[in-house]
Amino acid sequence: MRFHLSHRTEYVYETDVSVSHHLLRLTPFNHGRQRCLEHQLFFDPQPKSVHSHLDYYGNESVFVTLEGVHRRWRITADSVVECWPANHPAPADTPPCEQIAGLLAASALADDRAAVEFLHASPLIACRKEYAEYAQVSCAPGRPVLEAASELTRRVFTDFQFDPKATHVATPVDQVFRERRGVCQDFAQLQIACLRSAGIPALYVSGYLETQPPPGQPKLVGADASHAWVAFYCPGHGWIELDPTNNVLPSDRHVSVARGRDFGDVSPVRGVIVGGGNHILNVSVDVLRCDHHAV
Amino acid sequence: MAIESQPAPAAAGLFQTYHPLPGVYDEAQDENGQPRSHWAHFTRSTGRFHWEEWQGRREALRRLRRDFGSADQPGEKRRYYFGPDLDLVPLLISPEEWQRLEGGLRQRAHLFDLVMRDCLGPRRLLAEGALPPALLYANPAFLRPCASLGNQPGPGLSFMACDLVRDTSGRWWVLNDYTRSPHGAGPALQNRLALSRVLPGEFRDAQVRRLAEFFQSQRDMLRGLAPNRQEYPNVVLLTPGPFNAAWPEHVFLARYLGFTLVEGADLTVRDRRVFIKTLEGLQRVEVIFRFLEDSLCDPLELRADSVLGVPGLLEAIRGDQVTVANLPGSAMMEASAWYPFLPSLCRRLLGTDPELPSLETWWCGQPEGMAHTLERLDTHVVRPAFPGLPHRVIWPQNLTADRRKKLVRSIQENPYQYCCQAILKTATAPSLAEGRLEPREYVLRVFMTAARGDWTVMPGGIVQLLDQEEDTGVPIPSGVTKDTWIVSTASVPPVTLLSPAGQIVRLERNPSQVPSRSADNLFWLGRYAERLEDMIRVYRCVLARLADQTGNEMGQELAALARLLVHLDLLPARFQQPASLQSLENEILQRVYQSHTQGTAREVLARLRQLAFFLRDRFSGDTWRILAKLGEEPSTLAKGAQAAQALAYLNQLIVHLAAFSGMEMENMTRGHGWRFLDIGRRLERAINAVTLAQAGLSAEDAYSSPLEAMLEIADSSMTYRRRYFAQPQWLPVLDLLLADETNPRALAFQLAALKEHLQQLPREGHQALPEVRQIELLVELLAGAGLEGMVEARQNAGGSELAEFLPRLAAGLRDISNTLTHRYFSHANTQVN
Repeated sequence: MRFHLSHRTEYVYETDVSVSHHLLRLTPFNHGRQRCLEHQLFFDPQPKSVHSHLDYYGNESVFVTLEGVHRRWRITADSVVECWPANHPAPADTPPCEQIAGLLAASALADDRAAVEFLHASPLIACRKEYAEYAQVSCAPGRPVLEAASELTRRVFTDFQFDPKATHVATPVDQVFRERRGVCQDFAQLQIACLRSAGIPALYVSGYLETQPPPGQPKLVGADASHAWVAFYCPGHGWIELDPTNNVLPSDRHVSVARGRDFGDVSPVRGVIVGGGNHILNVSVDVLRCDHHAV
Repeated sequence: MAIESQPAPAAAGLFQTYHPLPGVYDEAQDENGQPRSHWAHFTRSTGRFHWEEWQGRREALRRLRRDFGSADQPGEKRRYYFGPDLDLVPLLISPEEWQRLEGGLRQRAHLFDLVMRDCLGPRRLLAEGALPPALLYANPAFLRPCASLGNQPGPGLSFMACDLVRDTSGRWWVLNDYTRSPHGAGPALQNRLALSRVLPGEFRDAQVRRLAEFFQSQRDMLRGLAPNRQEYPNVVLLTPGPFNAAWPEHVFLARYLGFTLVEGADLTVRDRRVFIKTLEGLQRVEVIFRFLEDSLCDPLELRADSVLGVPGLLEAIRGDQVTVANLPGSAMMEASAWYPFLPSLCRRLLGTDPELPSLETWWCGQPEGMAHTLERLDTHVVRPAFPGLPHRVIWPQNLTADRRKKLVRSIQENPYQYCCQAILKTATAPSLAEGRLEPREYVLRVFMTAARGDWTVMPGGIVQLLDQEEDTGVPIPSGVTKDTWIVSTASVPPVTLLSPAGQIVRLERNPSQVPSRSADNLFWLGRYAERLEDMIRVYRCVLARLADQTGNEMGQELAALARLLVHLDLLPARFQQPASLQSLENEILQRVYQSHTQGTAREVLARLRQLAFFLRDRFSGDTWRILAKLGEEPSTLAKGAQAAQALAYLNQLIVHLAAFSGMEMENMTRGHGWRFLDIGRRLERAINAVTLAQAGLSAEDAYSSPLEAMLEIADSSMTYRRRYFAQPQWLPVLDLLLADETNPRALAFQLAALKEHLQQLPREGHQALPEVRQIELLVELLAGAGLEGMVEARQNAGGSELAEFLPRLAAGLRDISNTLTHRYFSHANTQVN
């Protein structure tokens, strides 16, 4: 499946801004089931300097400085991405949950060793007994980890209610766990907390999901939104993605943009501005299927 | 014939009655009660001191330290973090022992630098299995955005400190490492400056090694870090600001090393380069000597909830446009969890064993460490394994059974967060107590700086004496420090350190590198100083008359004065009507003494002190002492205060304020900093003159005139009387207050001074500044006003020209203030989103 992605961010400031610095993570990355074919950033007005580097997790991070008085700034990230269906192992072929950490500790493989990092708590995701207990219902000893993780995904999907009003970008996992409601970011972070507390390495993936309009209706521009889901590490099979918001194993309609320990590592647009007063932030995302012949 | 005299003090004086604890290593005495050889000079020499002599020198020491500004300043409630007291007896270390320590410390610094650069760069140690992964991944100070900075060409660690303890058998151990921005080097130097003056003979005879070379190396090292290898790079010392406990040290070090002291808000990143915002515009910064927490360095990539840092700083480091010492992320090495792994790392990276051991430590992040810890809770302390964890050092043997169970559970649930160490009984050093010396436990902090590819150890350090917490026996810092004398066998070249700047040949820096933030604070300091003075004159004027009044009703004159104050916004509107003397007195007393109401004298004073506090690095010790005097509590507080006492208090404030102005006129160099202070003062005085004239016009009625009081408030009565020998009249009074260019209180005088200042301010190109034009317009307005005609018109026909003219002056002055603020202080608030 090939997609044309457009992620538009617009700042409107109440008063003049003299300087602003932004860090953008808007470039889809390449992995097993995804290739980024084209990627371009457009700015209005034009920034003074743009520098790009790969961050600790391999995400492209673009540092942008805008100088000169401005009241408005628009960033458009356009990408073309090819996605393939994910190849999932048969659940029975995956190792039992309780052996994961031990297998990784004993392994000499670079990927296995690198996955150890995601066993640990991160700034926004603590490991707690409560999460371990919640996970334990699914992650019983002896149970293959993919089977357990998929069930955990289903439970998060059913036990927690999707409610955009319940949380905001900085709601702690704790509160989500208590109040049992939130949005994709909250469910992803919560499931990561459960997996890590149960000894299974898990990371946070940000990206987009192609949304299908109701049958018979045209797809609306701007209806797609940023999305977030989870990947856990399975020795011998690598990272396997899970989407607790939709209770699916992400496949060729999930486009990944960045990964890290939690939302803090992947936030798509982060900025520091001098001046500006209050500001309005408009974000819109389009995920459009490309006509193969037209590209 | 023998003459009976006072019994001579015994040869060893206080040392003769000094008895260390049995079986415990003591610095000054060996196990046979004999002075150790490197103490011999000191013991003999101070042995001649009577107790009174000790006391006298101790007093001299306190005085000196106050002068250096190292002890707490009077009126400052906050405790300085190294403790205000300095022990008169230093810690002496022999050359042989120091040589061993020095070797071990240099090796340790070298090792830490290698490990840190690897962890923040290629991470080979991790890939090769030389480190347990959790040592990084569970370490909250391992900041991912900093984890590529070790690949930059600059150094990782440049400055490091260790806390050392000696056990009862005399062996040294490392207790703590400081790899982020070590503190204490400044206080160590201040201790030295003071003690070497109070014990000059002992200092000379012991042939003590000097500290100055260390700072010289450090300064040279920092200058050598400029990414563009510039010969005279701009090096700044980055501090979190005056609210940080270590701020006095930052001020001291910046001055001593000759670097500009900056806060994050003074710096800005443009096109990956770092600049300091000065009045002249942006000036490039090549090296940052950092005293700011890692996670606060860059709100764009690190903690977003703080604006103490510099947005874009990490990008500037990645672009190799600035060197930050130590590298952000360096706090990751301040973890006791490293200790069990240091010997193997040392062998792997340096090919030898560590010369200086760390205190024996077990990390619960490993199964054997966990088992060891849980078995030994009775005899060990439990420490946080990493910096930035919420818990502190725990003494399990002092916990109730319940809490102990909780601790065990917490260790089992979060094993990575805990370490344990055996409780160490430490050696003692003699310390001066009342009339005797007593053995005290202590910790010695030592400092290392990178220098030309190697490490240099400061020949000295700062000792903190330990107390024991009363009910638990847990050792805690006592607030008393000691100087550390490294004795040498060769004679030490007689360099003098009497003046802190003496050793260091400073570069002539651009004297006007005034950060915009400081200029802003200076401007407001000038305004508040003038406002306070003006306010005091007004209240004094009322209080003086109150003291003379008899009866209970206001006379005509006092009533007019009260109305004047109402129009000056210094009394509530009800005093438009005559009120009782008592109520007037009460109101005035409140307005003098109450510190929590806006607009009272004490409140303005508090603001003034606050600004002075922000600017403390710009004032001399003398000026600071005057400011401290200004802040002293009045001897009588509002409740029982009488008019006469309040008058005395105000008089005292006026004198201190005058002293402050005098210091600032005579002692501040005429850079832009001083100019902004004086601009603030002139502008405030100009505004006050106009306001006073306006209020006077409104306060006048058929029975009484406020003119006499106006002259007094404007401090111009004498001039008036000398010139006119008559009752005050409107025209000459207004002339004196507004138009007379020779009266230093008049508006015209302020305008002339302001114009001169503004013409000197930095500008781009040769265009005249708009604020200069604004001043000229005001000068023209005043000159062309025709005061005589306006006053005549008012008196004869009630003409309103005068009443309309004054507000135009006031508005013009306000505009100038706004223009200045926009042009020079426009460091609008920074937001993170």
